[in-house]
Amino acid sequence: MKEGILYTGVPSEEELKACPGIPSQDRMERGRVAVIECVQQIPCNPCEAACKFGAIHVGEQITNLPCLEEDRCTGCGMCVARCPGLAIVIVNRAYSPTEATIDFPFEYLPCPEVGDSVEAVDRIGQYVCQGRVLKVIQAGAYAGTCVLSIAVDKQYADRVRSIKRLSVSDTRQEE
Amino acid sequence: MNQQYYEPDIAIIGAGAAGLSAACQAAKAGADVLVIDENRLPGGQLFKQIHKFFGSYEHKAGVRGYQIGQALLEQVQQAGANIMLDTVAYGLFPNMELGIIHQGKAGTVKAKKYILAAGSKENYLALPGSTLPGVMGAGAAQTMIHINRVLPGKKIVMVGSGNVGLIVSYQLMQAGAEVVCLVEAAPQIGGYGVHASKLRRAGVPIYVGTTIQRVLGETQVTGVELVDLGPGFQPIDGTQRTLACDTVCLAVGLNPMTELAWMAGCNFTFLPALGGHVPMHDENMCTTLPDVYVAGDITGVEEASSAMEEGNLAGIAAAEALGYMTPEEAKRQKDAVWQRLQVLRSGQFGQKRQEAKQLQIDTTLAFLKGRRGGGQA
Repeated sequence: MKEGILYTGVPSEEELKACPGIPSQDRMERGRVAVIECVQQIPCNPCEAACKFGAIHVGEQITNLPCLEEDRCTGCGMCVARCPGLAIVIVNRAYSPTEATIDFPFEYLPCPEVGDSVEAVDRIGQYVCQGRVLKVIQAGAYAGTCVLSIAVDKQYADRVRSIKRLSVSDTRQEE
Repeated sequence: MNQQYYEPDIAIIGAGAAGLSAACQAAKAGADVLVIDENRLPGGQLFKQIHKFFGSYEHKAGVRGYQIGQALLEQVQQAGANIMLDTVAYGLFPNMELGIIHQGKAGTVKAKKYILAAGSKENYLALPGSTLPGVMGAGAAQTMIHINRVLPGKKIVMVGSGNVGLIVSYQLMQAGAEVVCLVEAAPQIGGYGVHASKLRRAGVPIYVGTTIQRVLGETQVTGVELVDLGPGFQPIDGTQRTLACDTVCLAVGLNPMTELAWMAGCNFTFLPALGGHVPMHDENMCTTLPDVYVAGDITGVEEASSAMEEGNLAGIAAAEALGYMTPEEAKRQKDAVWQRLQVLRSGQFGQKRQEAKQLQIDTTLAFLKGRRGGGQA
């Protein structure tokens, strides 16, 4: 079976390696930074406008892949919810000696709550490890997209990209 | 006979992305505009688009489709266009009268200019079992979840990996359904990779080079039989397998709703990249009939953002033709729209459409030139 976004819907390792939106390993070790897994030339540039720090460049030709200027990126996360493709996460490998955090968009209900233990999954939805929900951000500027921040074992920081959807029965009873 | 008779400057058929944009431009310029739509709610497909749009941030990318629709509708109302809902436009006759049925009563519209923005309809796939309850167009499923707020099923198999198939699969999961898998006959995914990635992260498999051979079930859908496809899309024997599901959604393309344009006598050209037979039109979206314009999917299947820009073009051009705008002002506005359209039709997904649309216009201009030449001879 052929690899790559066109055949599987998941960027291949080569595609990710060549992707100009992905920061260096060194930058990731230094703290929060955007990881833009956008590998296909589509006419789209809201991420560029979302970044107040000028860290994302698309340019005049809006089919260009977004290019991350990693030293300008503060990991603020404004781009995460603005990307219509939900292709951006914030990775923080400096969160603690053992854990990294991943902030990712989550557009399903029910939403987990802070402190919940959730099943972290990779780019193909396979279970990787348990994650701990640190933040559930539903800002007005996110236009309905919820951003979840979870902590996972550091060794999984490059693999974890989302969580398993919760079923309605998983939610706590309000009463 | 007490038929209702309407005489607007411009009648627009279809209150979707293209029609509303056209109405907004023409009414802003001062034209008396009547928009006709057979649905009970305006907005066409826009209000079913709960995802954030792609494109340029200067033009609302990152905003959800239904919010773009709401804003557009408000602009149209502010501009003073009339929107007549629950109204079927059943015929555009050679005398340039439009027959309508408004809330069950017959009426006639005699406009100076018409803008046909009827959109497109879903292709169907005929295969054993495809008439079982539970087999439906992806657009039908989308209408059920967003307009009727009804989940069409709990376990869904989606056929087709264009953006419609990918986006509707995602929306069905957001609505609470499980998407069992997405199958695509072509050897690769048709729509944007980022949409496909959302499904994959949610654990949905995407099978390329695969089709659905049969839908299983006696009185309703209980499953599907899938088969791998070899060269020339031939099923490979021995690769059949069955999957349980209760709903099959077909997202196998769209074709332009061109009936009114055919009936009026517009000339057509055949462009497979745009969905088949499409009316010829020039850079002003004017057909080979001087009083009939077209905009949106009726001119060739694209997407909402380009439909809105085509609507803008048609609205400006029709208003200009009626003297509501100076040629200089119209040119300035049309040039800006064309620039945005070029951007929307760029990149690896837009190039083909760009070429097809250019061919459509070139064919039309050559046709019109030939007709003028023929007239003189």
